[in-house]
Amino acid sequence: MPTATKPVRIVVAKVGLDGHDRGVKVVARALRDAGYEVIYTGLRQTPEMVVDAALQEDAQVIGLSIHSGAHMTLFPAVVDELKKRDATDIVVFGGGIIPDDDITALKKRGVAEIFTPGTPLQDIVDWLRRRFPEKSSS
Amino acid sequence: MKVRARDPKEVWEQELGSSSLRDDGIETSTISGIPLKPLYTKDDLPGRAPEFPGQFPYTRGIHPSGYRGRLWTMRQFSGYATAAETNRRYKYLLANGQTGLSVAFDMPTLMGQDSDAPTSRGEVGHCGVAIDSLADMETLLEGIPLGEITTSMTINSPAAILLCMYIAVAEKQGVPASKLGGTLQNDILKEFIAQKEFIFPPAPSMRLVVDSIEYCAKEVPKWNTISISGYHIREAGSTAVQELAFTLADGMAYVDACLERGMHIDDFASRLSFFFDAHIDFFEEIAKFRAARRIWARWMRDRYGAQQERSWKLRFHSQTAGVSLTAQQPELNIARTAVEALAAVLGGTQSLHTNAMDEVLALPTDRAARIALRTQQLLAYETGVANTIDPLGGSYFVEALTDEMERQAEAYFKRIDEIGGVIPAIESGFFQKEIADAAFRYQQELEQKRRIMVGINDFTVDDEEEIEILRIDSRLESEQAARVREVRARRDQAKASNALHRLRKAAAGTDNLMPYILDAVRAYATEGEIMQALIEVFGTYTETAVV
Repeated sequence: MPTATKPVRIVVAKVGLDGHDRGVKVVARALRDAGYEVIYTGLRQTPEMVVDAALQEDAQVIGLSIHSGAHMTLFPAVVDELKKRDATDIVVFGGGIIPDDDITALKKRGVAEIFTPGTPLQDIVDWLRRRFPEKSSS
Repeated sequence: MKVRARDPKEVWEQELGSSSLRDDGIETSTISGIPLKPLYTKDDLPGRAPEFPGQFPYTRGIHPSGYRGRLWTMRQFSGYATAAETNRRYKYLLANGQTGLSVAFDMPTLMGQDSDAPTSRGEVGHCGVAIDSLADMETLLEGIPLGEITTSMTINSPAAILLCMYIAVAEKQGVPASKLGGTLQNDILKEFIAQKEFIFPPAPSMRLVVDSIEYCAKEVPKWNTISISGYHIREAGSTAVQELAFTLADGMAYVDACLERGMHIDDFASRLSFFFDAHIDFFEEIAKFRAARRIWARWMRDRYGAQQERSWKLRFHSQTAGVSLTAQQPELNIARTAVEALAAVLGGTQSLHTNAMDEVLALPTDRAARIALRTQQLLAYETGVANTIDPLGGSYFVEALTDEMERQAEAYFKRIDEIGGVIPAIESGFFQKEIADAAFRYQQELEQKRRIMVGINDFTVDDEEEIEILRIDSRLESEQAARVREVRARRDQAKASNALHRLRKAAAGTDNLMPYILDAVRAYATEGEIMQALIEVFGTYTETAVV
């Protein structure tokens, strides 16, 4: 589908030490198929590296994935890094094995949304379409 | 008057043709996409010689007595927080009838980093136990008689270091290395392929693996030096066939590397062990286990020319499928795990880990860990399934599916050969792409409801009940970081730095590195320091990310 405006660019990243990249790759493909421009950074990105990539790529969204249990440290660290670089317009969402209580706490810390295992890919796409209606690709 | 009896198969085919089949859009192929007929008959198994357990090619099991001789080992993988807390959990599990230990390490330990490294932030003690030096290993194994139990250690890039720590603790207990039994995962190839916990490039990584195999063949002869793992390949999204094929291909790559070192096949082959996933597609999993034994036996005897029978026998551990569990209606995971565990048992596993129902949310609580262990005990002692050896042997369906798994695996071996072997296939992203494609295909099947996960895309409930989960205290990280700093401050500095220096020199040469690592461990050099010494010589590896 031709798009009227520039498509939304999303930097998708694995933060932390774990290498479980099944979820992040499936989500990256689904977002690409939905018309988004997706840049996958690969594994073991520090919060600084993720924000660097987002700024360089002129991304509007950062998608984070983690499965090691370090989300309460690393997700807020990405948000803080964005604040430090004066780039809080970039929307951060995440996914992984994240308990409900932590989701509430992460949202308070500035993470826009968390998707847990079992989430239909369409839910993630729908959420992005609501966040960026004017740039929707179809 | 004489009526000619009609062939019952023809009658059945006719009747099937005129009956209406279920039309709910749900796939009837296996979860890996192997098409299934509604019925299998003896026509599916033409010209088959009878097979017996304990006999080549071991389709029906490696022991003539099956579980009549000895049940499988119930080996629950566990580890969290500090060495002291995990030691308490081990004693709890042993007191509850568990028959072997299985250590889960945290991410910094798995990645060869100390707890006070900047990139360990937020990760210490979260998905396993933090081990930084021999001091932590001493605490972890305190009061556990290493000469009497067997221990499995799930670690790969730094595997040699952790094995040396275990040997050093045993020395202090007065147990000689020759008496130690256990398993080291030590399977770096599947890290490059699937789980991605690699550090060094492939060549020096393989050298370390071969060093440990060679060393153990002489010094720790009862140790399973490697656990060649399909589990992570499967959990990363592969099909059952890919899991089978890629794992056995890895196994052959290790054999090739050991032969290249100059070792004799029968000196190490019997200490190679395997680790498979026990997934939810019941019969496909059973067929996978049976096919694995048969393929390995043929390759070891016919291609590698192993003379001893024990070199032909594929022994394996299995674990129920983490990816099959759901955070939604988590009690259902008990039922899933029971079915998967039954598949592993009917497939003839040597040891088994059953997942706890809450593992999709966090590390298991004591209660969930106990239910998981009890599930195995229920299978072993209550259901009677262990009373008959290979009870599905001769099943038209299971035998035909076993043959099909073997055929498809052999087709993959050919493709891998054409690429030039396992390492070139890793470097070109072949495995990674095959797995990512399969994972995406499966996700699409779920989205289109062509496959059902109960509680995910059907049979959902609106108000999910919350279950109790285990929390890791955030103070633990700073305490563990302080502990490793204290170890560094209190040890004999000259001894530690000399040992590290000698290790660095040896790494630049061709010596077997195990004795050097053991010396460094004994001198309380930390895991991070030992890895750093090796990184200085070997460098690190970064993969090209393929989506």
